[in-house]
Amino acid sequence: MASVLEIQNLQVSYRSREVRSRPVLSGVSFDLMPGEILGVLGESGSGKSTLAASVLRLLPANGQIDGGAAIFEGKDLLQANSEELRQVRGGRIALIFQEPSLALHPTIRVGEQVRRVLSAHQSSVKNDLNERTQEVFTQLFSQETDRIMRSYPHQLSGGQRQRALIAQAIACNPTIVIADEPTAALDPVTQMEILGVFRSLRVKLGLAMVFITHNPALLSGFADRVLILYAGQVVEWGPAEAVLRSPRHPYTKALFESLPNISRENKKSRKNMLPVIAGNSLPASLPRRGCSFEPRCTVRMDICREYEPPLVKLGETHIVSCFKYKE
Amino acid sequence: MMRYFLRRLAHAFLLVVGVSILAFLFTALAPGNYFDEMRLNPQIAPETLVVLRAQYQLDRPLPLRYISWVNSVLHGNMGFSFAYNTPVAPLLLVRAKNTLVLTITATILAWAIALPLGVWSAETLGHFPDRAISGGTAALLVIPDLALALGLLVLAVRTGWFPTGGMASVDFESLSRISKIRDLALHMVLPVAALVVSSLPLLVRHVRSAVAEVLRAPFLLAAEGHGIPRPTLLFRYALPAAANPLISLFGFSIGALLSGSLLIEVVMSWPGLGPFLLEAILARDIYVVVGGVLFSTIFLAAGNFLADILLYWVDPRIRTERASQ
Amino acid sequence: MEPILKVENLVKRYAKRSFVGTPQDFLALDGVSFTVSAGATLAIVGESGSGKSTLASCIACLETLTAGSLWFEGRNLAQFPESELRKIRPQIQLIFSDPANSLSPRWTVLEIVVEPLFLQRKLGRKERSTRAFSLLERVGLSADIAKRPASELSGGQRQRLAIARALTLDPKILILDEALSALDCSVQAQIANLLLELQSSLGMTLLFITHDLTMAAHLSDEIAVMSRGRIVEHGPTAKILRNPGHDATRQLLAAVPQLPSAPWPAAQQ
Repeated sequence: MASVLEIQNLQVSYRSREVRSRPVLSGVSFDLMPGEILGVLGESGSGKSTLAASVLRLLPANGQIDGGAAIFEGKDLLQANSEELRQVRGGRIALIFQEPSLALHPTIRVGEQVRRVLSAHQSSVKNDLNERTQEVFTQLFSQETDRIMRSYPHQLSGGQRQRALIAQAIACNPTIVIADEPTAALDPVTQMEILGVFRSLRVKLGLAMVFITHNPALLSGFADRVLILYAGQVVEWGPAEAVLRSPRHPYTKALFESLPNISRENKKSRKNMLPVIAGNSLPASLPRRGCSFEPRCTVRMDICREYEPPLVKLGETHIVSCFKYKE
Repeated sequence: MMRYFLRRLAHAFLLVVGVSILAFLFTALAPGNYFDEMRLNPQIAPETLVVLRAQYQLDRPLPLRYISWVNSVLHGNMGFSFAYNTPVAPLLLVRAKNTLVLTITATILAWAIALPLGVWSAETLGHFPDRAISGGTAALLVIPDLALALGLLVLAVRTGWFPTGGMASVDFESLSRISKIRDLALHMVLPVAALVVSSLPLLVRHVRSAVAEVLRAPFLLAAEGHGIPRPTLLFRYALPAAANPLISLFGFSIGALLSGSLLIEVVMSWPGLGPFLLEAILARDIYVVVGGVLFSTIFLAAGNFLADILLYWVDPRIRTERASQ
Repeated sequence: MEPILKVENLVKRYAKRSFVGTPQDFLALDGVSFTVSAGATLAIVGESGSGKSTLASCIACLETLTAGSLWFEGRNLAQFPESELRKIRPQIQLIFSDPANSLSPRWTVLEIVVEPLFLQRKLGRKERSTRAFSLLERVGLSADIAKRPASELSGGQRQRLAIARALTLDPKILILDEALSALDCSVQAQIANLLLELQSSLGMTLLFITHDLTMAAHLSDEIAVMSRGRIVEHGPTAKILRNPGHDATRQLLAAVPQLPSAPWPAAQQ
């Protein structure tokens, strides 16, 4: 089965006054299957938001794509001309940003905002647009659809705004939705609701999804495959169950271990120190040799400092970027 | 909605009342009065002055004079001008009309130039067009209005292309309809140019910063991510979002319609409200001064009120209550 | 033993008066009561809008109470005049979730930590500086960060700074209002450890306000569940997690995302 999106060796850097060029993504490669939910797990500085923005070339002015390809429907998005790109954006691949309160235009009604996305990609016959907008909203808001459509963003709750953003994203029936921390600004109950919305959309529309988050627990029971990003590189990638239940890469392991775990009920394990990852996740301002996690790794070897770790295949679809697993 | 309007209207009204009191107070408290000038004239007997003063009620206590003035204003009578010996209102109206002809043209022109320039500047932030425009406006900002006006006059004198002041040529009345319009236009060119050039820097900068801020906003990037074409992004997403500060500024522009052109009018001998008021102040022609100040204040308050209404109409966040969060 | 903090029937009403029209009041806290023992950690959880942040502000004496009493070390703060409150406030410190808003971005790290010491006027310049540096070390910020502006710090570093600043005044109670929510998971662990360490060495009482039940469960001795301005359930952490008594609690528990390797204790559905 052919993949629906293939990222090949993506390299992105930011220019700033202090450091001429700061690499943010250093060779990220993965693919996305039709109808798959890929969870991308990364903390601050891992490059996850840059990844989301790069696919559709929505980087800020000081960001530049240094290399790589994003193959979608046979074409490389990174080389496409601006009209082709415009048609893909929102029409074939939709991006959902963080912070729904900021991603919606403050003075346009949400129904109208969705209508405009439709009109940018489809027929501009007024009735068709209205019908389709109504359809989309009904899918996401079972009650009070009309009132929500006529509302302005500031009149909606956090969860409702997020649904409005999702409405904008799925309006044109895209093949892929890339969601960058879509639930970060929401409380847990609303968070669960939104995850439910995504699940049902996947079933109904056959969407493929890239779900970016820094909270591994969200991906359990939700993502099909999980990809772990650290310092701009893929360190582990495989089936969700495998990665979440028994992570292989030292970073992934350490990350999961640092989460509070109260499955053991005895009092002693509560209010105990959590095993933390030593050091800080520094932005890689200088190109370094060797593994980027090496300074903080508890099982590091000499070779880790000298050479970049290879991609080792464990099983069919699970890969780890670590010397520990070589041969 | 009505609550909002009534509140803003009340504010405007209170503003006008407050200013009228202050204007009245200050002109009355200022040393001397119109008749002091006459006192120096040996040909006028002191008794005449006393009679005149009584006639104009200058001897009554201040609050009473104010109240009787308010009373007559409400009846359309704005008092009497000592210098011209005619009622104030018609005098002011004529002069105000002259000023408005100038300032309305200048305001429309200034905004028409500032908007595209500001938007272009914001779009190309940091690059050449932006730097050129910013440099140009900075240079204009530095030039004092007076120097600008005088410079234009010199241009007129040297080239003879434009009349050197005034609003109408000597033979105005005898001209045909078309020629009258042409004559007026020619007289207007220099003062309007001076006004536009002096107000342009401020406008361009504000448009530029308002639009630039919006262009950086997440919702614009999100809209771009949805494939909205660039022109739509600019005009139907960015500009409406940048409207707030610009509308307030526009309200100011309206407010300054009567008062902002004083210097230019004086220098270019334009028979507007400015020079007229100046004369009246120097001559202690109280009712003209107060009347003129009142006129200007009404415009200012009206301008602000208009801005409030526009803001209300344009920004739904002011219009509606927030949802319970 | 006398509890260090006792809240009795706390009511907080926000009045919204306008020039014309009917006033609309908003009842944020509707009779909240609980006690906290010295050196313990109480987690206050609840959905958004349940009044948790209002409660935090009231306990920190940043808002006046509409009704009820607030007993701190046996004294009722609700009846204190402003002059007295000013002396009490340093002992109850509040740390917010978004330090970007509570730390001036232009000030350097050192300036931010020194400021409260400066306001106390007790110490000389050299002593202030020494104390500031020792506090920075305490929270795990290296000395070479001291001269950098706050805007250059990462999220975790900023929270450490906020904690250091709070510590300058030797508080007895530290209130953390969603202080960890905006941080990455691994950084949350670091700050959580710091808090535990500070508590065990300084004997501080912690009030941990959050909607992250996992972290709340990890850090707290007792949990109080809030819903719509009231406390609907309050008890020892283990007991609440095993046997939630109220719907609000059950709803919160059901919404917790879980890793397969760290499932929640059974019997919570």
